[in-house]
Amino acid sequence: MEALKSKAQELLAAGTVKVVIGYGKGTGENRRPIFVRTAERVADLVVDTACTQNLATYLTKAEIRTLGRMAIVAVPSTLRSILQLAAEKQLREENILALAIIDGAVRELATFDAIEEAVATVPDAMGEADQKMIDKLTAMSVSERRAFWAGELGRCVKCYACRSSCPMCYCERCTMDCNRPQWIPVASHALGNLEYHMVRAMHLAGRCVQCGTCGTACPVGIPVHLLTFFAEQTVRRQFGQKGGASAKLDYAMSTFKPDDKETFIR
Amino acid sequence: MADPFEPKMTAFVCNWCTYAGADLTGTSRIKYQSNVRVIRLPCTGRIDFMMVMKAFSRGSDGVIISGCHPNDCHYTSGNYHARRRWMVFRDLMDFMGIDLRRVTFSWVSAAEGAKWAELVNDATNTVRALGPYTEVQQLAAVGIE
Amino acid sequence: MSERYTIPEASVGYLLQELAKSGRRVLGPKVVAGRIEITNIKSFADVVKHGQSVVSAKGVVFPKVERLLRYRFEGGKNIALDDVEPQAHPTVLFGLRPCEARAFHALDVVFNWDSKDKFFNARMANTTVIALSCTQADESCFCTSLGSRPDDPQGSDILLSPLNAGGFVAEVVTEKGKALVALANDAFQPLSGQADVVPPATVAAAFDAKDLQQKLAAQFDSALWAEQSLRCVGCGACAFVCPTCVCFDIQDEADTKQGQRLRAWDSCGMRIFTLHASGHNPRDKQSQRWRQRVYHKFAYYPERLGTLGCVGCGKCSRACPVDMNLKQHLAQAAKSATLG
Repeated sequence: MEALKSKAQELLAAGTVKVVIGYGKGTGENRRPIFVRTAERVADLVVDTACTQNLATYLTKAEIRTLGRMAIVAVPSTLRSILQLAAEKQLREENILALAIIDGAVRELATFDAIEEAVATVPDAMGEADQKMIDKLTAMSVSERRAFWAGELGRCVKCYACRSSCPMCYCERCTMDCNRPQWIPVASHALGNLEYHMVRAMHLAGRCVQCGTCGTACPVGIPVHLLTFFAEQTVRRQFGQKGGASAKLDYAMSTFKPDDKETFIR
Repeated sequence: MADPFEPKMTAFVCNWCTYAGADLTGTSRIKYQSNVRVIRLPCTGRIDFMMVMKAFSRGSDGVIISGCHPNDCHYTSGNYHARRRWMVFRDLMDFMGIDLRRVTFSWVSAAEGAKWAELVNDATNTVRALGPYTEVQQLAAVGIE
Repeated sequence: MSERYTIPEASVGYLLQELAKSGRRVLGPKVVAGRIEITNIKSFADVVKHGQSVVSAKGVVFPKVERLLRYRFEGGKNIALDDVEPQAHPTVLFGLRPCEARAFHALDVVFNWDSKDKFFNARMANTTVIALSCTQADESCFCTSLGSRPDDPQGSDILLSPLNAGGFVAEVVTEKGKALVALANDAFQPLSGQADVVPPATVAAAFDAKDLQQKLAAQFDSALWAEQSLRCVGCGACAFVCPTCVCFDIQDEADTKQGQRLRAWDSCGMRIFTLHASGHNPRDKQSQRWRQRVYHKFAYYPERLGTLGCVGCGKCSRACPVDMNLKQHLAQAAKSATLG
């Protein structure tokens, strides 16, 4: 990706940005997040199909923000996260510069409007495999689904890798950590795990850009992203609102229509 | 012979409509099944979706949620927010394997004493037929060594 | 002094059978849905011969959630307190990597440091470790940087090493190991002299732990920690998969009638780990927490407990969602000879 490297070089040399958040070579075939601050290290940047992790999670980290104005190598889901973060007033336009990677080409996007425009051209649907899995689950009976999730969540150790890698989980005082009262149990027993994942999915409903980074982050291979994808999909279907579409907040769970249609209230 | 199963029902209701409505049921001397424990909240908008799960895991077999009709909320829009929340959470609960037949949602106004009785009776009868919700109640002991 | 035997390939099944017959749980690394987990082993074919489980076997002696006590309110001021007996089911860990076998010592020194932890001790007493030497390793492994090797018998009760011609050499290291041999004597044939073992995996040392410990003494204020931890997201994946990490949280879960006290795994990488009730957090930055992790394992443990807090298994590196490769970070720290 020579275009990306030369852009990054340019930006750093001119002092336009103080850090380029991107992907670098990791252990074996892995990619890892890197933070390039000097022209010499631009060569470390990599862009290929293995670069899928949503790096937007670093845009709200104090340690990264204090470095100065940030450029970020942004695949479409990262762009959507930027919009959602902007909508939630977590980012200032002047503090970030997106180096969008869309269809193999790099584009410098300096405004949220530009990002909105660019990302509108990219189809916004979850991957086929994930949609298939959700369809498979919804076709099961309730008790089959319960058994499925009990089996998967039984491995959960409450490491919070899912929460920590999610760009939308930026709350400094996360509800999971609140201990007066301890609404969601800390321990990774069956009930605690179920409650944690339910709450996280609900807190992402309408905000999730369906990047899947949470599922990839899980060290024990639980497809936790299916829960947030499902919650997001439900919001899109029911209300026609979605996460990551615009830098102007349109959050389904804090708005309503007097004629919202539901089918289950007597 | 063991006592036949009587379901434990928990009801989360809003103060201004359903709670008042339930009160009317009483003053009208309308009888209804006494399995329900009523929890009064200022508004359905206050109901945290996890209260349903907490009720189940703490021993409830069925849950009722009821509040003011749309457009009649004492706080103008609390019930609209609640409705949105339920539209999503209900689907998520189902997706994760929670039996939705055990959860009943309703709008009951302060004047609908009869409706409250009918609601409670119907919900209780449904849950009685389903039996105790051991699948969730037993979860509390799973995964602890 | 260790005793050495050979076990013919055909007898391994018999050994496993006898272990199971004795009422012991037999657990080991097995592939379940594409991942290596520590779970029930029925036959030797189940056992993963190379590669690391994702989560360590420490859960056998230090479960992710453990009940310590229960209580009930019995009316008035009467409280019934139920002490909990640890469920220390006799267990054999079969086919564990030697690095994991060594890890139990690091847990032991903490759980018996000042107060003797009855839960850990009860489980550990009932657990026997039959490790299997590594003939393959991957780029995350670094046992040799810590003074160990892929066929290190330390920490095992019995160490199996594969023979070129099939079957195994069994080095019986401890009394516990001897007791298992007695259960299936026919499987163990005495060995004298050399055995033609498959060469253990080559794991090039990336650094030297003793040298690192010395270097760390001068690096507390180094900018290295902030640099290395930029990508760390502060989750607990590394701590929870780690066989030597031992930090835990105590949680009381109760209602108005009864309650239970639970012990659950905790991680120093999480921000709230050192959050005080006052709101002050002495390790508020990720770089401080990362530094703490390194120093805890490679400086404070050897200093105070006489052992490293790491066995070089590499599970942390493999589990990390952002590829924090511990071996690489430590090699870098060992190379940085000066401050800043």
